[in-house]
Amino acid sequence: MKINSLSDFFVTGDPLIYGADVAIGLTMVAVVLVLTLFKRWGWLWREWLTTVDHKRIGIMYVIASLLMLFRGGMDALLMRTQLAMPNMEFLKPDHYNAIFTTHGVIMILFMAMPLMFGLFNLVVPLQIGARDVAFPFLNSLSFWLFFMGAMLFNLSFVIGGSPDAGWLSYPPLSEKMFSPGVGQDFYIWGIQISGIGSLMTGINFIVTILKMRAPGMKLMKMPMFSWSVLSSCLTIILAFPILTVTLALLFIDRYFGAHFFTLDGGGNPMMYINLIWMWGHPEVYIVILPAFGIFSEVVATFSRKKLFGYKSMVFALMSISLFSFFTWAHHFFTMGSGADVNAFFALTTMLIAIPTGVKVFNWLFTMFRGKITFESPMLWTMGFIPCFVVGGMTGVLLSVAPADFQFHNSYFLIAHFHQVLIGGVAFGYFSGLYYWWPKVFGFKLNEKIGRYAFWFWNIGFYVCFMPQYVLGLMGMTRRVSTYGWDSGWWEWNFVSTIGGFLMGIGFLFQVWQILHSIKFMERVSGDPWNARTLEWSIPSPAPAYNFATIPHVRERDDWWATKERKAQGLPEEPRAPLEPIHMPKNSGIPIIMSACWFVAGFGLVFDWLWLAIPGFIGIAASMLAHSFNYNTDYYIPVDEIERTEAAAGRVV
Amino acid sequence: MAQQHPHSTHGHDAHDSHGHDSHESHGSLRSYVIGFVLSLVLTAIPLIVVLNDMVTGTAANIVLLGTAILQFVVQLFFFMHLKEEKKPRYNLLALILGLVIVLTIVAGSIWIMTYNSVG
Repeated sequence: MKINSLSDFFVTGDPLIYGADVAIGLTMVAVVLVLTLFKRWGWLWREWLTTVDHKRIGIMYVIASLLMLFRGGMDALLMRTQLAMPNMEFLKPDHYNAIFTTHGVIMILFMAMPLMFGLFNLVVPLQIGARDVAFPFLNSLSFWLFFMGAMLFNLSFVIGGSPDAGWLSYPPLSEKMFSPGVGQDFYIWGIQISGIGSLMTGINFIVTILKMRAPGMKLMKMPMFSWSVLSSCLTIILAFPILTVTLALLFIDRYFGAHFFTLDGGGNPMMYINLIWMWGHPEVYIVILPAFGIFSEVVATFSRKKLFGYKSMVFALMSISLFSFFTWAHHFFTMGSGADVNAFFALTTMLIAIPTGVKVFNWLFTMFRGKITFESPMLWTMGFIPCFVVGGMTGVLLSVAPADFQFHNSYFLIAHFHQVLIGGVAFGYFSGLYYWWPKVFGFKLNEKIGRYAFWFWNIGFYVCFMPQYVLGLMGMTRRVSTYGWDSGWWEWNFVSTIGGFLMGIGFLFQVWQILHSIKFMERVSGDPWNARTLEWSIPSPAPAYNFATIPHVRERDDWWATKERKAQGLPEEPRAPLEPIHMPKNSGIPIIMSACWFVAGFGLVFDWLWLAIPGFIGIAASMLAHSFNYNTDYYIPVDEIERTEAAAGRVV
Repeated sequence: MAQQHPHSTHGHDAHDSHGHDSHESHGSLRSYVIGFVLSLVLTAIPLIVVLNDMVTGTAANIVLLGTAILQFVVQLFFFMHLKEEKKPRYNLLALILGLVIVLTIVAGSIWIMTYNSVG
């Protein structure tokens, strides 16, 4: 792209964007100043940016995803403000298009996915009794690829202009002819670069779970969260290549003038819609499956009972991860594929609701006659169950193909998927964050502020999205930037906006909760919830090597069984003597290589080969440097392990 | 501890006391050369056939798809060492799952798009 003036490069003319420019500039200056003043650059590099420790990578994922939640949430509130009253002129239509596009992309790909990967990293190795993931270097690379991809995407709203063709950017609108700007290229490269990271994380955790479980932990003795991660990762490695190929074809169309999805030259835009949903539908199961795993852990822990129906739960998770590949066409029933196709996919969609229903009953029966306590994680689970059941049932309504011709593209659909994504995924991940927070940081989050956050989120959710079901039935279609007084929609829209802001307040309470809990920190033991699985058998926060000696697993809820044996006065099992622990060394290559990807992606977005080519050379050089690096590991000596364990108050 | 690092990209096997599976055999030079030559031949055949217009239409499709499938099989046996895997055969399972998904993608797309162009 030829840049003639600054306004070709920077987005200009909108006071909201200028405000964002100032805020971004000030934040960066502040970060640099603080790091320099407190001489923290070396610390940042050694302890965090180059780390291959799964616990720290997990923390970085969570921080990045909370920032993205803020950005995506701001987008949501801007949209709700625009829709609060008829004929509002707060956002111009093209700006509104950009905002609903970035809101969707960020919330799914740069908020839900990294928060999920964060929880994978924080929990899975601890839960299966491993000392790290199978490929620690690759894990770091996955994180930095996600991070650079997300930054590239986010840059678009101040430099070059945001994508505005919807979160899945259907052609022909997303083709060069109708979206000539760079926004669409930011979309493609932001998602492609972070997509490589997602795929590698999927591989990494499958290998970790299959190969690195503690001795004695047969697959059928594995904690349910790890099962859900396995099912989610299987879906990732089969679904993400489809996304990569689809976006690559779109890129070839835009960059080389090919005709895969164009209206002329033999292209067919509907093929894009067909392909992208082959990824898109499994994707929603990818993010919800780990939430199911979290609820299973939380419900069992806070009901003081073992999980009801373990085997049926495993079966439900694994069958969902497979069947999620057979329902994609329900996203385009109205495309005109004929009655046979629609009938088939309507049926598969209804069938996949069955294993999900099985899970809900399992959680309810786990709670039945349990000694339930309602700490934060359990509270969010309680909020989840009714919300997800209703959201799931409106989904079944949508799966009826003839009815879908009425609901399609309306606010009914918007309300449905927000209900399963907020009520299922977001509430689930919050529940998981509250549950494992003490394990990660060694202190609990303040319960009282957490309750305010919970109620604001929950009530806000219903106030925001229940009216949208009504609006959908009244005929309000999605992606409209304004409406008239004569439509009769404004009361419901106004209520919906209030609900949106209530959730925003809920988020502020969570920020306050975290800050407050850091300030008035109260240290907790390794097992603050009296929980059941292996991660609670070690100190909080876990030492770098996780387990001083690798445990031998006998039972499903092994840590609970150990505690019961102890309560019965049975002797503790003799521990194996300490041995030096083999650990992976930190590496700067992942962040450098990902930065090169960022440079290459930025160059391709603007069609600046002088920038893209050095970027690709940098990527190749990083790979080469890593393949000749034999200094990748070290041993933690026994006396250091003894010191660390003694400091955590443990005898070994 | 070796069990923590199934990838074993480094040379430390002295501490392999917990003995994860001994390293699987990774083929001989002979098998790699055979695989490489077969791949070259299977790449050359469709190119020669199509570029010289030796066959057209359905026959060309069959030649292209046939050589592609053979190419895939060659990759699996000569470079992916599918036959040599020890139990549990995760690679084989993953492959079957992958094939089911690929079949779904291809057949499903053809089905959906056929109706689409007709009606």
